[in-house]
Amino acid sequence: MRSLIDIKKLNVKAANTNSQQSLENEKNTIGLGGVGRSKKHESADKQVAGEAIYVDDRSPLRGELYAAVGQSEHAHANIVAMDLSKVKTAEGVLAVITVEDVPGHTDIGPVFPGDPVLALGKVEYIGQPIFAVAASSYELARKAVKLAKIEYEELEAVLTIKDALAKQNFVRPPFTMKRGDSEKAIEGAEHQLSGSIVVGGQEHMYLEGQVSTAEPTEDGGMNIFTSSQHPSEVQKLVAEVLDIPLNKVLVDMRRMGGGFGGKETQAAPWACIAALLANITKRPVKFKLSRVDDMVMTGKRHPFENNYTVGFDSDGVIKGIKIEVNSNCGYSPDLSDAITDRAMFHSDNAYYLDQATVTGNRCKLNTVSHTAFRGFGGPQGMMTIEMVMDDIARHIGKDPLEIRMLNLYGKEDRNVTHYHQKVEHNNLAELIETLAESSDYQARRQTITEFNKSNAILKKGIALTPVKFGISFTVQHLNQAGALVHIYTDGTIHLNHGGTEMGQGLNTKIAQVVAEVFQVDVDTVAISSARTDKVPNTSPTAASSGTDLNGKAAQAAAKTIKQRLIDFACEKYQVRADQVKFENSHIIVGDQTFSFAEFSQIAYMGRVSLSSTGFYKTPKIHFDRAKGKGRPFFYFATGAAVSEVIIDTLTGEYKTLRTDILQDVGHSINPAIDIGQIEGAFIQGMGWLTTEELIWNEKGRLLSNNPATYKIPAINDAPADFRVALVTDAPNREHTIYNSKAVGEPPFMLGMSVWSALKDAISSISDYKQSPVLDTPATPERVLWAVESMKAASK
Amino acid sequence: MKNSTVSFLLNNDVVTLDNLDPNLTVLQYLREIQFKTGSKEGCASGDCGACTVVVADLERNNPNRLHYKSINACITFVGNLHAKQLITVEHLKEGAKLHHAQQTIVDNHGSQCGFCTPGFVMSSFALHKHNKAPTRAQVLEALAGNLCRCTGYRSIIEAAITSSEHIEEDASALHYQKTVAELTTLKKLSSPILSGNGHKYVAPKNINELAYELVSEPKSTLVAGGTDLALSVTQNLATINQLVYVGNVEELTTIEETATEIIIGSATSYSQFIETLHHYYPDLGEMIERIGSKQIRNTGTLGGNIGNASPIGDMPPALIALGASITLHLNGVERTILVEDYFVDYKQTVLQASEFIKSVQIPKPSNGQTLKIYKISKRIDDDISAVLAAFFIEINNEPQEALKVANIRMAFGGMAGIPKRAKATENIIIGKVLTKEVVEQAKTALISDFQPMSDVRASDKYRMTVAQNLIEKCYLELKFAQESNVIETRVVNYA
Repeated sequence: MRSLIDIKKLNVKAANTNSQQSLENEKNTIGLGGVGRSKKHESADKQVAGEAIYVDDRSPLRGELYAAVGQSEHAHANIVAMDLSKVKTAEGVLAVITVEDVPGHTDIGPVFPGDPVLALGKVEYIGQPIFAVAASSYELARKAVKLAKIEYEELEAVLTIKDALAKQNFVRPPFTMKRGDSEKAIEGAEHQLSGSIVVGGQEHMYLEGQVSTAEPTEDGGMNIFTSSQHPSEVQKLVAEVLDIPLNKVLVDMRRMGGGFGGKETQAAPWACIAALLANITKRPVKFKLSRVDDMVMTGKRHPFENNYTVGFDSDGVIKGIKIEVNSNCGYSPDLSDAITDRAMFHSDNAYYLDQATVTGNRCKLNTVSHTAFRGFGGPQGMMTIEMVMDDIARHIGKDPLEIRMLNLYGKEDRNVTHYHQKVEHNNLAELIETLAESSDYQARRQTITEFNKSNAILKKGIALTPVKFGISFTVQHLNQAGALVHIYTDGTIHLNHGGTEMGQGLNTKIAQVVAEVFQVDVDTVAISSARTDKVPNTSPTAASSGTDLNGKAAQAAAKTIKQRLIDFACEKYQVRADQVKFENSHIIVGDQTFSFAEFSQIAYMGRVSLSSTGFYKTPKIHFDRAKGKGRPFFYFATGAAVSEVIIDTLTGEYKTLRTDILQDVGHSINPAIDIGQIEGAFIQGMGWLTTEELIWNEKGRLLSNNPATYKIPAINDAPADFRVALVTDAPNREHTIYNSKAVGEPPFMLGMSVWSALKDAISSISDYKQSPVLDTPATPERVLWAVESMKAASK
Repeated sequence: MKNSTVSFLLNNDVVTLDNLDPNLTVLQYLREIQFKTGSKEGCASGDCGACTVVVADLERNNPNRLHYKSINACITFVGNLHAKQLITVEHLKEGAKLHHAQQTIVDNHGSQCGFCTPGFVMSSFALHKHNKAPTRAQVLEALAGNLCRCTGYRSIIEAAITSSEHIEEDASALHYQKTVAELTTLKKLSSPILSGNGHKYVAPKNINELAYELVSEPKSTLVAGGTDLALSVTQNLATINQLVYVGNVEELTTIEETATEIIIGSATSYSQFIETLHHYYPDLGEMIERIGSKQIRNTGTLGGNIGNASPIGDMPPALIALGASITLHLNGVERTILVEDYFVDYKQTVLQASEFIKSVQIPKPSNGQTLKIYKISKRIDDDISAVLAAFFIEINNEPQEALKVANIRMAFGGMAGIPKRAKATENIIIGKVLTKEVVEQAKTALISDFQPMSDVRASDKYRMTVAQNLIEKCYLELKFAQESNVIETRVVNYA
């Protein structure tokens, strides 16, 4: 295959089905601290035994009540009258509140206003909370809210992106990023193509639904136990709705049963409502959303409708492009400005666009307000350019992989993005070459083409798609973190940091970092809940940044204490600093050796502070939004996937047969956890693009509102042959924590390989001459329509 | 009739339920009354498996042996536990030692957020109770009803496929004889009753008791597995006044074979009859394996799938195509009708007040007969069909009359308000040699048989197009078979 750049192959660590052995072998080569070791998840033993406590598993507090909310029946309407008398007298009900009963702020919008905690005279989507009750049981609370009589005056609802665009109905102003003169470049190119794609949204479907418990405190404050990725924001919003200072609200977050972005801003409303009810009743209140309520009342991944016009040369190299991304933000801004920005930032994915104009419209629709979800707009942005790659390939009759290779960012030139950040340390060409070879891409391409000639009903397809994902919050101030480390006199360590554990193994990795600093056994490092009174003013655990930010902060705290221990040792034992060593759970001071526990006791007796905070802020990043220029990302995370699928041309059914992934995670802090993230992200990305279909009816009501009608991948959907490998010997060249790279979001977008492989299978019907339009999710129904259009086109 | 209380083993302890609302699910009972929170509520609708627990019961044909099965605690009424052992995730660990089903998940890094994990542990535990060295296919079949949103499943498959052959006996094995003895004692108690909050649950033990209950309380609600009924309580917040459980009724839980028929008691679960049906009709067996999940198939019954008269139940179209009949019982009087004649209109049947389904009679295949079944859904596992097509074809064996259709019955689910035959289409095909042209005529005729609707699962147009294409697919499969041409035609066969 041809490429514009020199390609060397990369070293990889096979981590597929048969690789447990290779993970085990690490133990012999890695120091006691444990960075680089496949340490099991800190909660694994508890999780398998049913002993891990989630918010709903906490013992009930004395007098605990249960909350539920009455919901809007209309997508857009004024509330004319509300009769809650039957709700108030319903069995078990102790309190009923409306927005009138909120002592403080009524708007809980996380960045921009627009999210009333309870409806303020009008409703803007079906399911919007209007009033709340506290009752003696979960069932009675849910039954009571059904008894309200609410009179509405219906208003015109905007329910499609097209309608919103026509009406210029936006939650935030449009924004354009521009480099060069795309118009002229497209016109001047040898070939031009244009197209459009509908990209569906996605329900988070964290297995643990939204839940919070609010417990009034003795001084008018509130303790909140919540399943949230952003405890500090919950603290702030609870304080604001109650009109009390932040120091009277404590938020405790031990673990989430999954988050994926769905508990970044979406956890706060339920905590606020529980707190309002707890404040009025002076009793603890738990608010747990039923699955259907959760799906109806919480935001999802933004659906997008994107279009492009591209100009390219006869080789298929892009000369200029215009891309428009239109996000369905739902009724309020929430995080949609940053999400649509990220879609724009990632409209290039891994490719040099040359002269480019990228515009993003933030459409306001009368649906639930869409929100953060793994990738944060990036995936929706990348879909357009991946469609362009396939379209160019079919147009000029080349393998799509060749077109992708040709258009990759260069190393010395062709390396500036449409937002003017230089792409540095770019290893994608090598990574793709390595993966294409290890996955036997070319040979399988041949086999597949032959299979397709011999089978009239079933067709196979294969595709390799890369991912380049920018790491950092694009809102600069969020790129900071704090941590708190204590050493006790028995040498055990306690650690808190600003991140939250949602299954991604963050606590495990941060404990490994601290253990590494002191060279002690990682099992001696205990982590308790993320608490706003331990580490204040935290950022959400989001943007794949959990380990990068909190790892550095925890390392800083540990290093501070380590330095104190060294200083103390030098003074007490009259040695030089280079004579003090931390090794194998011991501290060696000159010719004396102490166990870590012994020395902790000695240091305590010597009146050394064994507790420290740590802080970190990401260097180098800046972005001038007015000019659309800057370096929003500290670095890029890269990876690629090859997927092979089979489709049924009579029914549209399909199956993913094999997937090979190669991901660059830098110097992995914990390979097993990283592989788990990659596998899970890929399957989630595949689900987003295949079976997970959100359907709203013509009134704006969500029909796919439970797991019986909304289908996330089940066990048989995972490819039977699933091979994940990490690039080894590739430390991050930016100074991240132990030179690792973020892994939470980037592999999500590898799911695009399945979508592109489906298109490849469909395209075979036209002898690969036509590029099918395949909107997502590519359900069997959409695949069948694409097949039929391909049959019609090749007649 | 003298009744006893509902009694069961909660892990190793005998528990007797008293003054408890029978609308309570097993999951609510565990979490809110026993404070055992290891079993999680992910959906309260039997779709995610986070609540999976294991129920051990005496084997029907060998009451000295225990049969372990995974079920969804969230949609099982608590009364259904009577005379069974309920095993929860908290029970598996012995002291500090994790059970094999737990340790293998830890070793394979198979838990991330951990919320689905107890459910996977219990499904794996149940699997290994009867199969210590499962194949990959068996693991997938056992775990398809457990959703995980974090791992991508590879690590969980690795864990569950790890053989338990050389693992020492677990606590449940050590207590085996004691458990058998205790359950035997509980089984001998008279029919249990549970009352609370003004609601009642009864579990008659024979057909006369059942008939009597229904005549004296015609507004009773029959419950078998409860996999559909419980949703009215957990999702629609309904309250059921009187539940009559049919799972203990002797005459409703049998599978018999005559020379020409398979007779399946209406309260027999999918798991119990799948093997028999798979033997005679492989396509039907494979389809049943895709109905719901293992947990659902362990409790859901044939009578339930017919009785609730859903237009998207998967068994009725198959039974209609096969010409199966159904026996109804009302106060000692029985009548037998074709399954096809049972359905009147959307959610309406010929069932009278106090009448119940006793059994289903399925004809055995004779020479030249083939059953083809196609289940089309968004997701392959645990998904309700957009279209279910069942074609029962009788083809002449004479070589010169290859592919000549002597008779065909074609029934569809998801295409109308009830499961229904495509009679106009059948008439086109019967008596003809199958050709491309005949298939095209049949496709056209199908338009006069059905006017499907659009919903969350599929559009009207997709339903019709797929239904038409399935006729073509059936033709191609028959043609390939006749030409001894081995060509794969179904993606579901790619594991």
